Amino acid sequence: MPITPKLGPEAAAANMADIAPRYTPQEAIIEAARCLFCFDAPCIQACPTGIDIPSFIKKIATGNLTGSARAILSANILGGSCARVCPTEVLCEGACVVLDREGDPVKIGRLQRYATDHASEKRLSVLKTPARKSGKRVAVVGGGPAGLGCAAELAQLGHQVVVFEKQPKAGGLNTYGIACYKMMPEVSLAEVAMIESLGVEFRCGVEVGRDLPVAQIQKEFDALFLGLGLGKGTRLNVPGEDLPEVVEALEFIEQLHTRPLHQVPVGDRVAVIGGGNTAIDAVTQARRLGARDAAIVYRRSQGEMPAYDFEQRLAKTDGARFLFNVVPLEVLSDSTGHVTGLKLARTASANGKLQTLAGSEFTEPFDMVIKAIGEDKQVNMFKKLFPALELDRRGVVVRNLDTGRTNIPGVFAGGDCANGGAEVVNAVAEGKKAARGIHAFFAGPAASGPIQPSRYGVKGAPVGSGFDRPIRVTELEEEYARQHAVK
Amino acid sequence: MADLSINLAGIKSPNPFWVASGPPSNTAYQAHRAFEAGWGGVVWKTIGDPIVNVSSRYSALNVSGMRMVGFNNIELISDRSVETNFREIYEVKQRWPDCAVIASLMFDTRERWHEFVKRSADAGADGIELNFGCPHGMCERGMGSAVGQQPPVTEKIVGWVMEAATIPVIVKLTPNITDVTFAARAARQGGANAISLINTLNSITQVNLNNLVPEPFVGGLSSHGGYCGPAVKPIALNMVQSCAADSEVRLPISGIGGISNWSDAAEFIALGSTSVQVCTAIMHYGFRIVEDMIEGLNDYLDAKGFKSVTELVGKAVPAIQKWESLDLNYKRIARINYDKCIGCNLCYIACEDGAHQCIDLVPPNGHGLGPGRVPGKPIPQVREADCVGCNLCAIVCPVDECITMVSINRGQEKMSWSDYQEKVARGEMKPIPAHP
Repeated sequence: MPITPKLGPEAAAANMADIAPRYTPQEAIIEAARCLFCFDAPCIQACPTGIDIPSFIKKIATGNLTGSARAILSANILGGSCARVCPTEVLCEGACVVLDREGDPVKIGRLQRYATDHASEKRLSVLKTPARKSGKRVAVVGGGPAGLGCAAELAQLGHQVVVFEKQPKAGGLNTYGIACYKMMPEVSLAEVAMIESLGVEFRCGVEVGRDLPVAQIQKEFDALFLGLGLGKGTRLNVPGEDLPEVVEALEFIEQLHTRPLHQVPVGDRVAVIGGGNTAIDAVTQARRLGARDAAIVYRRSQGEMPAYDFEQRLAKTDGARFLFNVVPLEVLSDSTGHVTGLKLARTASANGKLQTLAGSEFTEPFDMVIKAIGEDKQVNMFKKLFPALELDRRGVVVRNLDTGRTNIPGVFAGGDCANGGAEVVNAVAEGKKAARGIHAFFAGPAASGPIQPSRYGVKGAPVGSGFDRPIRVTELEEEYARQHAVK
Repeated sequence: MADLSINLAGIKSPNPFWVASGPPSNTAYQAHRAFEAGWGGVVWKTIGDPIVNVSSRYSALNVSGMRMVGFNNIELISDRSVETNFREIYEVKQRWPDCAVIASLMFDTRERWHEFVKRSADAGADGIELNFGCPHGMCERGMGSAVGQQPPVTEKIVGWVMEAATIPVIVKLTPNITDVTFAARAARQGGANAISLINTLNSITQVNLNNLVPEPFVGGLSSHGGYCGPAVKPIALNMVQSCAADSEVRLPISGIGGISNWSDAAEFIALGSTSVQVCTAIMHYGFRIVEDMIEGLNDYLDAKGFKSVTELVGKAVPAIQKWESLDLNYKRIARINYDKCIGCNLCYIACEDGAHQCIDLVPPNGHGLGPGRVPGKPIPQVREADCVGCNLCAIVCPVDECITMVSINRGQEKMSWSDYQEKVARGEMKPIPAHP
């Protein structure tokens, strides 16, 4: 049986409603009052973009919302979307000292949303570009979070920027790949509009290499930033993978953003293969679109699941099932060519290696299979477009972590294509760093970071915080350190 | 169970908690509710010649979302007739013979004072409070704080009242004066039996930044209002103690000013109050707050071994002395408990920018860090040799018992500023060098 939409417009909209709605003014002031206004606050250091969090929260408490939005957006141009999609539990809120005191951190993400919504709804231009332009032109390839972070910073540094985006709209995953209950595309598109208002030109629907030769870009522009993200979803390589009801998670989520919710088809019994945060997004949204049964199928144990704890809790609350230590062997179908289930086998870890247990095969009935096992690196594409570009053995672009410089002079990189896949906020931070790297490449004056000066800096100890002195507090940050070591 | 009953200059009540003269003591209905809730006394809203009120009347100071940290009003004395007020006082007293009902009065001429002092006694009031403190409206007509601000006038009018008084008379003092003890002495000179303080402070709580008219808004204008609530408590404690310690005042005191709970009340009592009066906290939460006040004070007295509340009266008064009597050789320093420190560094920045630069941020070697703390993040460390013991870090620290101020015994004899001056004059010691 082909799959069909399950819910009417009202039920679908209600199920996908904001899980963390905007604070009322009074809620915001009460929450803001909980912030201790730490000196050299750990939350700033835990934010990859180094937002001066105590400062923006203090400004909410005093009613200076425009200043609050400025504090956020000057450090992170996508502060509005990051407020909704950041894993704050392991970043700023995980480092909040109030968490240590009373077990419940200041809700930094929701406060950030409150302040950025104010600027966005009132269409306030809180950021400024210099009156004197540098005359330098930069091409940003890829209009996702990394490209946007780079473009906005470059514009504020006085450079002319053109963003090339192959999709009809810019924003990347923020526009096409975020769970509806976290953020709708309008938020992302408003951020794109804000960046446009800084003088950045967007050329959407243009795929570099296909519609526009790289050589031409390199001739027309003084520098190039690669923020292309990742490629297609990784294949399972099992029989039946190309049946019509087998879809990639990001394609499934994209449908939720490109057509009315009540017209998105979903299975009655949905299997989501994978154990990451995207798998959670897929399984919860399948449930919220009306799937009677939705199950995570993960080849390892619960403890090894890369999805954050709070994401796993959300899926459980939504009634998703979890099949651990199970690997798909085949997608089963009926005589009409429609999915009827999965043939699965149990697994066990031995010496860190995963083994399929002989004779453990079983079948589970499903009529839809969503694949969420990651996306491929764009090795072939890079080899074709930039044959000289150095990639590491994982297939990601090798670049300087602080400046985004690649081995090709004038070519910089950041975001998923350079870090192998991380959070939106990491992509923005890398785009911003690369913009400063490009600025330095043009030999402009050094851009200053969001630094809280402190006396111990004078004494020769490390100076600054956040952006300029990122710390390693989370699994995410540790992952970074590990990647750096590989290089 | 300690004995909470009190006798203030002959006015007896089952506990020291009185409803202060104000909006909560406007009617018999409210007095009944107050006594039902457990209040020991009610000071009636000030009775006087007819007035007319404005709308609106109240305004507040809110701090970080906390409501009514301070409060002000431009309401005048009772807008009900004197007949109604005295009839209701009589009814209330009939119903609650063991509780104190005090008539607050405000008149201008000697004859009017005589008349209403007598009528108060006739109505069965246990005492009279003279409103010499109201700082808004009535003072423009030569009454309220206009009287309290001029000790000779206070003395004279108290004298008139005492000519006719057959029940105890309390003089309510205004804090809007340079030295409240002068007004208190005048009350004693006039023959008063007790004083109550403080009445409200002159204030403007807030300016509406949209129309640039302060609150409370009255048709495009506002007026100076009387300020009260938790924010005035330190000012009131200072004035109560000053009167309690003054050798020329020597009158029982009813303490007023920002009292919201039993510990506030205990502080007022320890600084010399026999009874305490509450208004703003009732306006915020209702009469029911007295339950906690009675319970809390009782438990405190039991825990400290006081048999009755009167034993506590004035116990802390001698602990306030002139600055010149303080020991220059006493030393305390700040100690940080790293098991409790959450790493906010507020102590560091407060000391660095706001005090004496005695806290360093140092590598956290050897110190355990709490959950969620950033590895390697510098921690605050007190440079004890330079710490002046100012208390600021302990005050700003958001964690209880994280920073404690520790007394250091340096084996030195007590030396006050006066002792020091004498020793230097006698050549027994060199002057202490100035701080670098």
